[in-house]
Formats: sequence, structure tokens, C-alpha cells
Amino acid sequence: MRPIFTIVAQRLALGLLVLFAVSLIIFLGVELLPGDLAEEILGQAATPETVAAMRKELGLDLPPYIRYFEWLGGMVQGDFGTSLASQREISELIGVRLGNTLFLAGLAAAIAVPVAVTLGVLAALYRNSLYDRAVNIFTLTSISFPEFFIAYILILFLSVNAGWFPSLSNVTVETPLWERIYRCMLPALTLTLVVTAHMMRMTRASIINLLSSPYIEMANLKGLKRSHIIVRHALPNAWAPIVNVIVINLAYLIVGVVVVEVVFVYPGLGQLIVDSVQKRDLPVVQACSLIFAATYILLNLTADILSIVTNPRLLHPR
Amino acid sequence: MSTNGKNNTGNEVLLEMRGLWIEGQVEDDWQEIVKGIDVTLRRGEVLGLIGESGAGKSTIGLAAMAFARPGCRISGGTIVFDGVDLMAASEYKKRSVRGVRIAYVAQSAAAAFNPAHQLIDQFVESPVQHGIKSRSVAEADAKDLYKQLLLPDPDNIGYRYPHQVSGGQLQRAMTAMAMACQPDLIVFDEPTTALDVTTQIEVLATIRDIVDQFNTGAIYITHDLAVVAQMADRIMVLRYGELVEEADTRTIMSDPRADYTKTLWAVRSFRKTAAQQQDPTPLVTVDHVTAAYGDIPVLHDISFEIHAGLTVAVVGESGSGKSTAARVITGLLPPKEGRVLFRDEELPGNYWKRSKDQLRHAQMIYQMPDTAINPRQRIRDIIGRPLTFYLGLRGKELDQRIRALLEMIELDPSQFIERYPAELSGGQKQRICIARALAAEPDFIICDEVTSALDQLVAEEILKLLDRLQQELNLGYMFITHDLATVRAIADEVVVMLQGEIVEQGSKDEIFTPPHHEYTELLLSSVPEMDPDWLDRVLQQRKEKDVKASAQMS
Repeated sequence: MRPIFTIVAQRLALGLLVLFAVSLIIFLGVELLPGDLAEEILGQAATPETVAAMRKELGLDLPPYIRYFEWLGGMVQGDFGTSLASQREISELIGVRLGNTLFLAGLAAAIAVPVAVTLGVLAALYRNSLYDRAVNIFTLTSISFPEFFIAYILILFLSVNAGWFPSLSNVTVETPLWERIYRCMLPALTLTLVVTAHMMRMTRASIINLLSSPYIEMANLKGLKRSHIIVRHALPNAWAPIVNVIVINLAYLIVGVVVVEVVFVYPGLGQLIVDSVQKRDLPVVQACSLIFAATYILLNLTADILSIVTNPRLLHPR
Repeated sequence: MSTNGKNNTGNEVLLEMRGLWIEGQVEDDWQEIVKGIDVTLRRGEVLGLIGESGAGKSTIGLAAMAFARPGCRISGGTIVFDGVDLMAASEYKKRSVRGVRIAYVAQSAAAAFNPAHQLIDQFVESPVQHGIKSRSVAEADAKDLYKQLLLPDPDNIGYRYPHQVSGGQLQRAMTAMAMACQPDLIVFDEPTTALDVTTQIEVLATIRDIVDQFNTGAIYITHDLAVVAQMADRIMVLRYGELVEEADTRTIMSDPRADYTKTLWAVRSFRKTAAQQQDPTPLVTVDHVTAAYGDIPVLHDISFEIHAGLTVAVVGESGSGKSTAARVITGLLPPKEGRVLFRDEELPGNYWKRSKDQLRHAQMIYQMPDTAINPRQRIRDIIGRPLTFYLGLRGKELDQRIRALLEMIELDPSQFIERYPAELSGGQKQRICIARALAAEPDFIICDEVTSALDQLVAEEILKLLDRLQQELNLGYMFITHDLATVRAIADEVVVMLQGEIVEQGSKDEIFTPPHHEYTELLLSSVPEMDPDWLDRVLQQRKEKDVKASAQMS
């Protein structure tokens, strides 16, 4: 098991390094924007004197690298600073929102991943059949439409016409779990439709890719059932690429849900970032960006580790 | 066992294929690969199928299981196995025969075992999935068979993953797997081609034992005549999907009738003209070289010389360090200790510290011409690149030189210069690789298993070409090979390697005349001979030697 441990440790260290670089880029990016926090807060009342006083109060008169390390140091300790718009602690603001976003992403993933993998395996099994083509066309269609369009279509049919699900997904901390799932159903379905195609096609492709390998021929010559061959002989060796696509899509579910959250007025992180950008609430934007970056890096790390763990050569060294 | 199992051959017909036609898809066309072959196999009989690549032997072997590879289809004929017409049978019926009554042993066990599962899981799959045995019974069977096949630690080896055991062991584990349901027929598709000679002889012996003991019928597919002579009761010689000749083993070995069969038999007769050492200064000197990959030592204190106009054959099993020695000479792997000299001048250990001229003097030809040339470049560009890079040729001069090189390797320039590698046969591709090496006008060429991937007739043509070029251009060759027949054909001097050390070196005559070093002896005695009794004789000799050795011990 030692090589695995080393590899995982290496990846972790690399992930941290990337995160550090990203934080630097975010900070510099915000730094480059014209105007600063002090001018923003004072707005119309900005005179050179008041701005200078405000800068001093906010610590903006310090050189950038000191502010960067203060910001980073705060981040590491969970202190994200204070929101400009609401004057509340950002960590408090983000905490609930992040929870909501993760919940929605989790729900969408819980539906999308099993569906996509199953559809992909079946499509590989019945390659070039009517079923294969139908699934391909359907998933491709759903990925080709913009997500807000899918969202509105779903609202029209499942909410307005059929009345099964609410069209607004307003949840609060107190909302009980089942109620929460019920209210989140439409955004979750929208996201499912958006991400399934990608995962399903990758599952299908990586399995088909393996079907010409000698050990699959061997399995055929042992007279095994086709379904058994695909599930037991092809799938375990196809995991690495599939896991990678799944994880990239999970990252999208967390990071890319902005539009869907806005359509369904869902109180997630995406909503928050859109609001904050509008209000030029830069500390919040900064914090959200870093959280998104961390999510991406963490998930990619998971993908790396999973594809290592599913490789028998690394899992069972000589 | 009695020689080649003739005594236990019954008269009951087990498999009968009549007028078998198989087609393969080439782009949109269907082309015939197997053209009306008849195969009859009796219970307990071993039938050898022999021919060059493209002869359709594997395709016929798979057809015995009513299986066609993707892109192939059985287009005509009947396949009757033990009274059941497999062509008319349902897919379900065919599946119930495969793995149970007919089993398959593939060429590369390393590729045919699923890397994700333990050996024993793959062993029990056929019996359990077909509902013949319970898992525990099948596991017990597996351990029995592993023991019979002389696998080390038979009770536990099954719980290893394919990459955790050696190639020879894996091949035996696959033979065991084929026996899992005690089939009536096993199709062996080149089961020893990927193995070293010393491992091959062990696997051959176990296969013969097992086939004999269970009275299993077998179809043995190979391109190696000497191997098939040991294994088969009857031999079919195939070419371009047609039968050339069919007879029982002894008859066909001693008295081949068809011209094609005779040329196959004569293949190993080529001997290079003995060369004289002219220049006392060696072209390349490998001087006390020790090398390692990271912390893993690969070469231990290696020294040998290569003279202009002479061929040094470096022989040994896979992993013996032959190719690593070549990497040290070319500077791809800087040595830990020792040095490499070119005409008494020390070469920098790392190739990027060598001058263009130093690089030009040593060129390489590789085992796999398919992967050694860029499939997206025309022949003109492949050969032209070193001419421009080393010699700065351009325009008309370049074109003339490319044409001259193509003529040198006996390919018509006007026909070949604009082609892509995919339009060439394996032998022609290897010729292009030779031309590319020659383009740099080297003094010294490293040939790394250059004939191993080629059919015997083609390989012999390549050897003759290399020999002619050596005489014309006074080239020094370092010829890396595991095939002792090739060594006999082309070597002037021989270096025998084992586990990174040189165990014996000297002129070809010295090495091939007794007394040998113990390992050279093992290597030499493991090379199959055309004599059908060879395997029995060698096994007998080795047994006697073991008995003697243990008698001396006690």
C-alpha cells in the first residue's frame, strides 16, 4: 500500500500548491480592478480625505503583499472578512449558501451519476441498436440547449401544467429534508439533464474502447454472458476515464449552477456571487471564488485518487 | 507420454469443419481470409496449424469455437462439434460450448488475463458461470491444476493478480484456466511465442503433459516449425487462407511435398559469410560499464568490443540487460561506472552532450517497425529527415540520395518514395527503418530484435540484406536477439548475458562448440529442433542430469 500512500500525499501537496497559486491570482485580479473598497463604500461622499481615512480604517494603506497574507491567513483560520453590503461576517453568509449549493449538487449527482453510468453501460451493451441511438440523441439534445431553457421547459411541464413540483425552490435552514428534496426537484432535474450526456457518453466510449482487448475476447471465448462481460470485465478497467468525467461534472454542479439557481431563485452560492458582483461586494466575490477553486481542486484530486485506487497494478504492487 | 500421443488417438471424430469460408472486413469490402478449408480432428488428437502471418491460422482456430473476431464473419461451411452443428446453433448453445467443451489459450497471457481480477477468480469463472461446479470445488480444482502445472506455491498463487506473476507462469496459469471445465478440445493460439526459449520448453512440456493426461484434443497454432513438430500428431500447412499440405508430423517433417513447405523447412539454413577482422582498433568499446534504472541495478561491469565489418550478437532472456546495454552505448542511459569508447575516443555518457557527428556514427534499428516510424509521414520524409539533419542535404541532392538508399534496400524508388508506412508490409517497413539508419552514414548499427516481429521467410530476407550491407559498407553490428537460430545465422562474435552480467563471450564457433558455460548450455539445449523427438530427448537428459546431481549431493 505504500506507493499509493506516497502518490496520494504527492497529489495533495500539489493540490495545495495550485490552491495557493489560485488565491494569488484571485487577489491580484481584484487588486487590478479600478477603484477600491474605500471608494466603493463612500460612494458619492468620497473626498480624498475621507477615502484616505477609510483606507486606513480598512487597512488598505498597507502594501499589497501584507494585505494578501493577512487575507490568506484569515482564510486559513476560517475568517473570510466582512461583507460590504450587509456588514455581516462573510463566513456566516457563505456557510448556509454553500450548504444549499452542496445539497442541490448532491441531489443532482445522486440522480445523474447512476442514471448516466447505467445508460452508458446499456448503450455499450446494445451498441448501434435503436436504444443506443435514442439515448444518444436524447442526451445530446438535452446538453445542446442552454440550461435556463431546459429549466423553463421543466417549469412549464412539471410545474405549471402538471403541478407536480414547485417552480420556486425557496428553502431555509428549517426546511425538513423531504420537503427540501421536493422543492429542489426541478433544479436538480435540470442539472441532471445537463450533465448526464457527458458522463453517459464517456462510460459508453470507454467500455467500447476496451471491448477489442484480448481479455474481453478471452471472456467471450469462455462463453460468458454479454452483460457479465461488460459489468465484470470491461467496467472495472474503464473506471479511470469515467471517474474523471463524473468528477468534472460534479465540479460543474457546484461551480456552474449560477444560472439554474437564479432561475429557481434558489439561495445557493451562485445566487450570492451574482448578487455580490452586482453590488461590487468584492470581499464576498473573492471568498466565493476561492471556495469554487478549492472545490474544483479537491474534486480533481478525488478523481486522481480514485483512478489510482481502481488500478490493480498500483493497488496490489508486486 | 509416448511420442506425440499417437497411441491414445481414438477414431471418434470430435470436430469436423467442412468447406470453411471466413471473410474479413476491409473498409467497406468483405475479403476472404479463409478459403474453403476442411479440418477433421479426432478425440485426443493434436493438430498443428502452421503458416506465416495472414495465413488464417488463428481465424480457423477461433472458428472451431464458432467465433469470429469483430470485423470477421464465417460466410460458409459447416462446423460440427461432437455431433452438434455449431453454425446452426443458437447464440445460447454456442456459449454453452465455449469455455466448457472447447477452451482457448491465447498468445499473450499478459493481455488475455483481465488485469483487474485475481487469477483464481478468472479460473473459476467458466465453471461457476456455466453452473457446472460450485465456487469452492472450482477453487480446489484450480489449486490441483496449478500444482500439476508446476506453478510455485500452488495454494496461494491463484490469489495474485496477473501483473504479479511472470510471463511463463501466467501462460501456465492460462493453460490451467483452459482445463477448468475439462474440455474435449483446446485451441492453443501461439501459446509460447511471447516467451523466452528457456521458459518455452517448460510450458511446452506442461501443455503436452496435460493434453496427454486428460486425453484432450487440441489445435496447436504456431509459426514455429520446430515447436509444432514436438506438439502435433498431424500438421496442416496454410498460406493465404488455403491448405498447402497436410500430413502426419513425421511424414511432413522428413518428406515435405509442396514447394512452399520446403522453403519453410529450409528457412534456417542461411549463414553469413565469415568475415575477417581487419582493423585492430575496435569501433565501439564498452569498458566496465555498470548501469541502473534509478536504484535498480541492471548492468554489472559489462565489457565487450565491436569491430568494423563484424557482427556481435548479444543474447539472453528478457530482462537480461541486452537492450539496456544498447541504451548505454547510444547515450540514452548514462552509465553509473565505466565508459563507452568510439574508435578509442571516450563518448560523453549522456547523448545530449555528444556532438552531431558522434551521434551520427551510431544508429539504431528497432524490433517493431510499426511503432518505430511515423505513420503520418511519407517514406520520402522518413528517410529524408536524417539526411537533412546530419548531412544538410536539400532539394535535388536530397531526392537523389533518398532514391539511392531505397535502391540499396531493394525497394523500387519510383514506387515507394511517396507512400505512407501503412501501405507497406512488415518486412518492407523494416527495410525503411534500415534505410533510415543508413541515411546517417553510420559506422555502427544497433539492431534490437529486428527480426523477432517478422515471419521467418521475411526475417531471412532482412538478415541477408543486413549481411550484404555490412560487406558493402564495412559496418559494425551489435545484434540484440533472444533467438539462437538468428545468432547462428549472422554472428561473428557472441556475448551471452544473464541478469545484467556477461556469462560467456567469444567467437561464434567457440560459443557453439562444447564445453559451454552452464547457462549457455541451458540456452542452447532449449532451442527447439525440427526433430519430433527433440522435446522428449531434452527432458529425459535433464531428468538424468538432475538425478545425477542429487546423487552427488547426497
